[in-house]
Amino acid sequence: MAKYVTMRIPRREPPPPAEAEGERCKKCASLLAEGELAGSLWVCPHCGYHYPMPSAERVASLADKGTVTFIAEEVRPLDPLEFVDTRPYPERLSEAVRETGLSEAFLAALCQIDGHPVALGVLDFKFLGGSMGSVVGERFARLAAAAAEQRRSMVVVAGSGGARMQEGLFSLMQMAKTVAAVQLVAEAGLPYITVLTHPTTGGVFASFATVADIIIAEPGAVMSFAGPRVIEQTTREKLPPGFGSSESQLVHGQVDMVVDRRELRDRLARCLYFLGGGGISA
Amino acid sequence: MPERLTPEAAWQVVQLARHQDRPQTLDYVAEALPDFLELAGDRLHADDKAVVGGLATLGRHRIVLIGHQKGRTLAERQERRFGMACPEGYRKGIRLARLGEKFGLPVVTLVDTPGAYPGKDAEEGGQAGAIARSIETFVNLRVPTVTVIIGEGGSGGALALAAADRVLMLENSIYSVISPEGCAALVWRNAEEAPRAAAALRLAAPDLLELGLIDGVVPEPPGGAHTDPRTTVKRVMREVELALSELKRLDSSELLARRRAKYLAMGRYAIASPR
Repeated sequence: MAKYVTMRIPRREPPPPAEAEGERCKKCASLLAEGELAGSLWVCPHCGYHYPMPSAERVASLADKGTVTFIAEEVRPLDPLEFVDTRPYPERLSEAVRETGLSEAFLAALCQIDGHPVALGVLDFKFLGGSMGSVVGERFARLAAAAAEQRRSMVVVAGSGGARMQEGLFSLMQMAKTVAAVQLVAEAGLPYITVLTHPTTGGVFASFATVADIIIAEPGAVMSFAGPRVIEQTTREKLPPGFGSSESQLVHGQVDMVVDRRELRDRLARCLYFLGGGGISA
Repeated sequence: MPERLTPEAAWQVVQLARHQDRPQTLDYVAEALPDFLELAGDRLHADDKAVVGGLATLGRHRIVLIGHQKGRTLAERQERRFGMACPEGYRKGIRLARLGEKFGLPVVTLVDTPGAYPGKDAEEGGQAGAIARSIETFVNLRVPTVTVIIGEGGSGGALALAAADRVLMLENSIYSVISPEGCAALVWRNAEEAPRAAAALRLAAPDLLELGLIDGVVPEPPGGAHTDPRTTVKRVMREVELALSELKRLDSSELLARRRAKYLAMGRYAIASPR
């Protein structure tokens, strides 16, 4: 289990200028060749640090080749509150679309994992912090309905700053909506497995992320309902190092296992082997 | 789209919703539920005083009552953590809701919380999972459920007790995904912009009714609930009783199907036409 613990001593020389060839790992400062991170599932080959992974690459890394169909992509955001803070919400949305090439924060795919039929959902942290608004909730619900109808196991990879503030109470209600959708999968006797990546917080952590049959966490990911800053401000408690980390969640009984991303596909396949044969109603 | 409240008006509602003398769950009990039998504990390791619950008679109905309790005196507020529940509070709620389901008693929840307690032990004890399981329990409960937001409906800590068949709000209560102060701190880096945030979030009962996010608004006496707690309690309990009578006419599978359809339909989105 300890294979991602680095023994490498961080180098002290200043980081090279941005235009130099390659980059350094922000954790262990090892020099990374161009494309090296992308080619290693966004895990530092030297120290095992897990970088955020684009949702499309996540799907490709888990699904059997040639089995992927994306669904619910036509579900698109509105601005139900006409929310304006320092900028109008629609402006923030267009910018996120431009910067990520995604139409929203949740990617829904039908695929196979090691031959098991799966409904696979991935939250993308790069799209407005992976925040959950109406579109994330609706795409999630459509994915769950497809899983139940087509007898697919459901796997969801979460990474989120929580509920999307700009949709107000509509966002809060997505917590109830996604939990209700999970029940469709449960009643069909099908397994629901979540993978929690860095960070998984707030309304996502307190809804569909934690009502799973099996919860897997990525190494070094941080999970919390309230943020560490809010906790320290409200309670004046000093938080220990590693607070909320996957490893700490494992110790406190909140997740089933911490799995290196490079072994995630195999681990999911094992879970699906045990649970994916259909439950009581199959 | 409802007219947006001015920051001043929105902030006044926030102040009323948080007013120290506003009736709390145990005031409703004292005023309207004389045979209330309090039940304690989550059967795992603790009893959370931020959530009170028990059995009671409301008109023709025997009910399970679960509600946040903020407390009034400083000592009581500290003991009850100002109505901010820990995992044991939500697990007590789950346990009591299941008790109601087992004996065919409808469940009434009164929501009044700034949010779930943000503490180290609460987090490590599974705050997120406890809230999620509470939502799951209420969404799937086979007996009628009615929620009234009587003061503050603070985010996930409120929703944990509010995924009901009928969700009502007192006229000057608030219900929001984030506190106005939290929103202001995030967006403007300044908690003093809270009134602007309160207006932007549309956290007032009439707005939320018009947006289809709640099912009804119970009017308060002029000046707010705290000016006449007795009248407030009477009005709330009459609405709850009425809602229960209607919901009891549905058999449990119909009830469940409607509740699930209600929550699955939550949200506003567009459908893009294929290119």
